Amino acid sequence: MSRQMTGAKMVVQALKDQGVDTIFGYPGGAVLPIYDEIFQQSEITHVLVRHEQAAIHAAEGYARSTGKVGVALVTSGPGATNAVTGLTDALMDSIPIVVFSGQVPTFMIGSDAFQEADTVGITRPCTKHNWLVKDTAQLSGTIHEAFHIASSGRPGPVLIDIPKDVQFATAEYSEKTKRKSHYQPQVKGSIEGINDLVKLMEKSKRPIFYTGGGVINSGPAASQLLRELVEATGFPITSTLMGLGAYPASGDKWLGMLGMHGLYEANMAMHDCDLMINIGARFDDRITGRVDAFSPKSKKVHIDIDPSSINKVIHVDLGIIGDVAHVLEDILKVWKSRGRVTEKEGLAKWWTQINEWRKIDCLAYTGSEKTIKPQYALQRLEELTKGMDRYITTEVGQHQMWAAQFLGFEDPNRWMTSGGLGTMGYGFPASIGVQMAHRDALVINVAGEASWLMNMQEMGTAMQYRLPVKQFILNNERLGMVRQWQELLHGERYSSSWSESLPDFVKLAEAFGAKGIICKDPADLDDAIMEMIKHDGPVIFDCLVEKHENCFPMIPSGKPHNEMLLAADAAAFASGATLV
Amino acid sequence: MSALRIKKGSSSHSAYDLRSTYGDTVERHTLAVTVMNEPGVLARVIGLFSGRGYNIESLTVAEVDHEGHKSRITIVTSGTPQVIVQIKAQLGRIVPVLEVHDLTAEGPSVERELGLFKVAGKGEQRVEALRLADIFRANVVDTTLQSFVFELTGTPEKIDAFADLMRPLGLVEVARTGVAALSRGDH
Repeated sequence: MSRQMTGAKMVVQALKDQGVDTIFGYPGGAVLPIYDEIFQQSEITHVLVRHEQAAIHAAEGYARSTGKVGVALVTSGPGATNAVTGLTDALMDSIPIVVFSGQVPTFMIGSDAFQEADTVGITRPCTKHNWLVKDTAQLSGTIHEAFHIASSGRPGPVLIDIPKDVQFATAEYSEKTKRKSHYQPQVKGSIEGINDLVKLMEKSKRPIFYTGGGVINSGPAASQLLRELVEATGFPITSTLMGLGAYPASGDKWLGMLGMHGLYEANMAMHDCDLMINIGARFDDRITGRVDAFSPKSKKVHIDIDPSSINKVIHVDLGIIGDVAHVLEDILKVWKSRGRVTEKEGLAKWWTQINEWRKIDCLAYTGSEKTIKPQYALQRLEELTKGMDRYITTEVGQHQMWAAQFLGFEDPNRWMTSGGLGTMGYGFPASIGVQMAHRDALVINVAGEASWLMNMQEMGTAMQYRLPVKQFILNNERLGMVRQWQELLHGERYSSSWSESLPDFVKLAEAFGAKGIICKDPADLDDAIMEMIKHDGPVIFDCLVEKHENCFPMIPSGKPHNEMLLAADAAAFASGATLV
Repeated sequence: MSALRIKKGSSSHSAYDLRSTYGDTVERHTLAVTVMNEPGVLARVIGLFSGRGYNIESLTVAEVDHEGHKSRITIVTSGTPQVIVQIKAQLGRIVPVLEVHDLTAEGPSVERELGLFKVAGKGEQRVEALRLADIFRANVVDTTLQSFVFELTGTPEKIDAFADLMRPLGLVEVARTGVAALSRGDH
């Protein structure tokens, strides 16, 4: 049965056929026909954000917390250019989203028409793929292909640019199943590679699993298989910022996050291991530190669905291209069939060493009864919310690293943070996307005041859709991470790193009709957090914290993993001593 | 435990490791890339090279399968072995790229380039230009009483050599197609 419809209707029909229930967007001249179709149906909820960047981050939050594809809709010109930061963010963190942008009519393209921009040109380097659809007959097929490409292989953002005349014109709708894409990434890992890996695992005395966002992206089965593999082998496991929650923080094999602000035991174990098994991580520079001194004694194995990730930064001894869940399943099968062998004696010694490192207690900080330490605020937040149906988003900076260090994640898809791009302003709109997908859950955005202000206009969205997102702002009146680097490495010259003329956050909340809470005394903190949690609506929590607290441990750039700076070293550092 | 050998206030450190990676020797490779012939595909390939800082020494593109909408891009690039592997993997990641072949690594191949040379001159210079063109088996495709246009096909080195010889003889203008290449043998 052939179905004739307009391009605008095709967009809505294709979204329904793809199982989309929520989209985030902002209307404008070049997408009016699509908005007209959205108005005339009720299956898809459109969330009106207050800025297109927020639409993309909200779609990312939705995608990361559900494992589904996030969808955003923006107009031509400024609508599309405002989406660029979000698209780049999604590309860096491999988040599947489909973005629709309006475009001026085909016959006006190239004439510098009102609100015209070369959207496919601008977004080509910040999408996995993009299309300018000039023919309505191609539109629905392109949309189905877009969903396929966004969600298969290494996921990522895609964009479809639709000129206004293409939205008005009528053509035949092509069904979702009709099209066979040539894009079919390999998901099964080579069995020879997996055999070789199992042999290495059997002989290793100091192994470590180093896992990343690829485990989360591979789906819940991957996290389940990872847990099984870790428990069965007894190998220690660490994870990147992106991979938190794939293995539970309460697990006894868990070493905590690794990297620049990772835990001492995790980084030391990475440096001294004899077998590193990278599962779905990408040897980012925040992880490796100095590349030529990175884990010098280990055999390195890298499991990744993207062939270009292998040997990009770190030369590995064995690369396995495939989807994490598929590869883990095969590893378990092979390892079990060969008799579940591990080097028990070596492993016991390795754990003894790791437990020595753990005794350093690298997250220790000097408490205070007078001011709220940011670490303390997060410890209390963790304590008071950990049993709950909880989702955490963050902005970018010190608070983000402290959140990663002090909050424990027991499950995947519960932690949404901008890792690769480091986008300040990500957390608030992401929390809106998460709350749209999980209406009854507790969604908290751990923020710094400077990051939070970058997308504060989304208070309007939160209020309009009655989204009870909690904005937990660790307010140090500083761009904390910038200030930390200036203190340690730029002679304490605090160039433009303080927050002048901050708003009264309580009044700001009230101006939007939301609830504002301010807390500055550690003794009041627990009650204030409980008040935030219990309030049925959006809350801005202004948590006034110690202004000059630094985030440790820290691997200064250009240093290897075993040359971490701890809080104790920092005290000596601050008194002007040379640290050796 | 910690060995941070920097003094407070030192500003020689950065949020990034500023040392470039010390590579091995630089190699020249010819890549044959089969792509879907759709709008923007060449921009994707070129954008990859500029965005990631790879070299393009030569690039040619044309449709080779009209019915299948396929084009072939021949790229001559240079880099350390690690960079070359990375270039191939990155090319393979582009959605409309169907196949990537490293003709340099996959066995013997033939490379050809076409050059057009306008040489203006009189008397003995003009005769010498024609004589050299004959040695190189270049064709004369246009002539006036004061000029020739030669057409020459060969390896890039042969085109270079011919250009060098023509320069003192009144070379006015050169147009080159860039390299087209195929693997030798029946595969």
